[in-house]
Amino acid sequence: MSEYIIKNGHVFDPVQGIKGDKKDIAVKDGKIVEKVGSSAKTIDAKGKTVMAGALDIHSHVAGPKVNAGRWYRPEDKHFDSHKKPGITRIEGGKSIPTVFKTGYEYARMGFGFVMEAAMPPMYARHVHEEIHDTPIIDEAALPVFGNNWFILEYLKNQEIENAAAYIAWILRQTKGYGIKCVNPGGTEAWAWGLNCLTIHDPVPYFDITPAEIVTGLIKANEYLGLPHSMHVHQNDLGNPGNYTVTLDTLKLAEGMKPKNNFGREQVLHSTHLQFHSYGGDSFANICSKSKEVMDYFNKNKNLTMDTGNVTMDETTTMTADGPFEHHLHALNHLKWFNVDVELETGAGVVPYIYSPNVTVNCIQWAIGLELALFSKDPMRCYITTDHPNAGPFTRYPRVYSWLMSKKVRDEFLHSFKTADKVIDATYIAEIDRELSLYELAQMTRAGPAMALGLRKDYGGLAPGMNADIAIYNIDPDKFPSTGPEIEKAFANVAYFFKDGKICVEDGKVVDMGHKHTFWVDVKVPENKQVIHDIREKFLKYYSLNEGNYPVPESYAPHQHIIAVDAVQ
Amino acid sequence: MPKEVTDVICPFCGTLCDDIVITVSDDNKTILGVKNACAIGAEKFNHQRLPGRVKRPRMRQADGTFKEVSYDEAIDWTAKMLVKSRKTLMYGWASTSCQAMSVGHEIAEKTGAIVDNCATVCHGSSLIAIEDVGVPSCTLGEVKNRADRVIFWGCNPAHAHPRHMSRYSIFPRGFFTVKGHKGRKIYCVDCRYTDTAKCADEFIQVAQGFDYELLNAFRAAARGETIPDTVGGVPKEKIQEIIGDLKQGRFIIIFFGMGLTHSMGRNHNIDIAINLTRDLNDFTKAAIMAMRGHWNVTGSGQVLGWQYGFPYAVDLSRRDQARHQTGETTSVDLLNRNEVEACFYIATDPGAHFPVDAMISSSKKPTVTVDPHINCTTEISDLHIPVAMVGVEVEGCAYRMDNVPIETRKVVDPPEGMLTDVELLTRINQRVDELIAAESAASKGAKIEQHADKAMAKGGA
Repeated sequence: MSEYIIKNGHVFDPVQGIKGDKKDIAVKDGKIVEKVGSSAKTIDAKGKTVMAGALDIHSHVAGPKVNAGRWYRPEDKHFDSHKKPGITRIEGGKSIPTVFKTGYEYARMGFGFVMEAAMPPMYARHVHEEIHDTPIIDEAALPVFGNNWFILEYLKNQEIENAAAYIAWILRQTKGYGIKCVNPGGTEAWAWGLNCLTIHDPVPYFDITPAEIVTGLIKANEYLGLPHSMHVHQNDLGNPGNYTVTLDTLKLAEGMKPKNNFGREQVLHSTHLQFHSYGGDSFANICSKSKEVMDYFNKNKNLTMDTGNVTMDETTTMTADGPFEHHLHALNHLKWFNVDVELETGAGVVPYIYSPNVTVNCIQWAIGLELALFSKDPMRCYITTDHPNAGPFTRYPRVYSWLMSKKVRDEFLHSFKTADKVIDATYIAEIDRELSLYELAQMTRAGPAMALGLRKDYGGLAPGMNADIAIYNIDPDKFPSTGPEIEKAFANVAYFFKDGKICVEDGKVVDMGHKHTFWVDVKVPENKQVIHDIREKFLKYYSLNEGNYPVPESYAPHQHIIAVDAVQ
Repeated sequence: MPKEVTDVICPFCGTLCDDIVITVSDDNKTILGVKNACAIGAEKFNHQRLPGRVKRPRMRQADGTFKEVSYDEAIDWTAKMLVKSRKTLMYGWASTSCQAMSVGHEIAEKTGAIVDNCATVCHGSSLIAIEDVGVPSCTLGEVKNRADRVIFWGCNPAHAHPRHMSRYSIFPRGFFTVKGHKGRKIYCVDCRYTDTAKCADEFIQVAQGFDYELLNAFRAAARGETIPDTVGGVPKEKIQEIIGDLKQGRFIIIFFGMGLTHSMGRNHNIDIAINLTRDLNDFTKAAIMAMRGHWNVTGSGQVLGWQYGFPYAVDLSRRDQARHQTGETTSVDLLNRNEVEACFYIATDPGAHFPVDAMISSSKKPTVTVDPHINCTTEISDLHIPVAMVGVEVEGCAYRMDNVPIETRKVVDPPEGMLTDVELLTRINQRVDELIAAESAASKGAKIEQHADKAMAKGGA
């Protein structure tokens, strides 16, 4: 295998505390090593920024609702469907890229790992078929549990052990990575056209509250000792005044301690927090509560979050928060796709146009940035767009430009038609902070790796770690001053190493790499009750046989399996 | 001792039953019996053992007869045809696996082809409507567990999806539907009294060609607006009564088929049915589902979706971008306008289903048909290549009508030496690479973008 020496680059590595010093990075056999021999190929990184490959902790890139978004929006392929230089298949789609484009674009930005944010267990085979076809990047997927009949019944009876055994079974059946919880209870209510908007609204028939679901799932996660924490999309997404529901939900984690062998420090990851940080009581007086939310978040160290930044694009919203999508469709009357999934979950898709002429969208934009800028610990706060909900992931470089340059974001802020109203309703104009390259590395590499339980091998450049390395055309001593320049630098790497192979060079894809599907295999004590319940529900209520439920091995030819032993 | 294979998935219709039990001979070569399948599914498995199976490729001779050729010859001929043709129609896919489709798409991208599937003459109308207005839907288990108002509109599952009613839509006792069909009100709307109507509580006869008007009237009535005295032959009192009853339900599901997709209005019929369903969600829970015909036409739509962003009629002939435009890139239109130079048919029978003029046009072009059987298409092709039957003799992924993916099983061995779709397409792909490389080497400084083609041979996931 190949040896490389990346010379003279400015290294930003939070794992080793390196903040831009010039340091050589040696690569051998897919790993970062102390040194290499003289036959190693030299990569000149002089005047460039070197970071570990980035990790996206929450993105909708593979699965039934993602694909529905693709094929029901042929217009999304206008203007952005072509092959780029390099060895690529046809690339298509602006807000929902096709699988080929997804892999290439992430790699061009220096990302080595993407977490598919929500996998309906019954459709897991679909998720894995798409993951299989997505080149270069490693991927994993989070099965959803917050509206699952087994979970609702077990947690109602406070049977954590049974819930945990069922979760372990699902992770194995679906090759899943952890516990995702979307609009707890509300999507089951949506199967009857209803919803749960606070953490105390009971789920029809099952008579359990979102508070009990969230608490139970956190406990089950720690009982199992999974690499990632419980990952929650709170109730009441998108509605003015919802920050109270957010704080109520985050408070459920108080006093809980993480239990795992992966260096994970949080018990709850709160996702796309921008959509959940609204004050006011209508869209006429909606305002930012990012400060209030971050005050609480900063004090409570057993929490992590990702931002969900609005990028001000035409995009496509998609979520397992089915009732929210119906509500959004009632607001903007754009085509609505919905699917309710038996015993498990649901999903909805609605296009959305974020416009700088719409005050609410500008307020949302500001809130997303404020969350990152108010964060006191960049290792716990990660940058996302909840792709594609708040914007396409290809806009991450633009989001970085707003976070790293007050000038750039203020320029945009003052270009809004109702800038005064936006400034009144938010904190953004008062904030001077600009994220540094080191903080960016924390928020896009080391931080997400820690939260995902991958810190041993990913998110850093220490010897022994995986050689996922991004080299950007950014000279830290001459940091670009305009938005377009910052964007360009982050959008097209000089080099991207994946597992020690150069996959992107000068923004061009040159190698498909050898992507892996990550999943978590948990050993639990044999649980006859759960086995019986599974058998019974398949016989009586599912429309599919138990024998046809698991994801076949052939769907994930290269698996990175994280073994966990939860047998006490 | 014969053995039983359980949890077998039937590869015939969009119902994709997965509870079939097949008895297989000890040597794994013959299917001896089929349990649980309907008559059509049983025949799919049982006919595997019938004599007269085509086991090797057949090439048409100058005198019109067919002569057996080797797979190698067939693969070479096919690859040459694909490389020579600037725009090939690669149509079908609906009865093969997603894994096979993936390989086929690679070939289409590098040789310049249009990939189209059976939706083009079936639920294409529905896909167009969904591209316009979206669709509120659900999985079939939601119907089983929750639906208490079921409408079959312009479809006849008694004939086309025989076990649909017992597995999902009328008879099963689900979690919230313990009374089975006694707890459901079943409506059947059709221009004629079908066998499905016999299973319904109420049959509504709509005048032929007036489905749009009737759906529109339902929608208006649902919103409390005035409607004419009669619409499509149905009195307004009946329309209002039905709407009133639907609103009393907890979960409405509308199933529809060719009665809407292929009658006056086409995609507009589906459009308004979807809009009606969406409107009903203001009063109670409502969903709608297309009764997809082939067992994996949905899968073709999904694979095309995630690889190119469109559900059917995907034109890859420009090599650098995918295009989709009903009327321009759809198979029948391409054939009618004589816009393709070669035809590659797989896992379908356009000879039986396409308009005659389109097939006359097709028959004048070099044509390869990949199919286990002799059918209307093979007889007007230049080359017929048989393959193993997916879901019977080789495994592969399929998508049910509600988009649920299920991996079909291999139950018996294919005939000796017979290739599977994946094996055949992989070898065609390799031969295409060789021919393109040879062409490239032969003509230096040649035409446009051949680099892209060669690179494409190595690229892709």
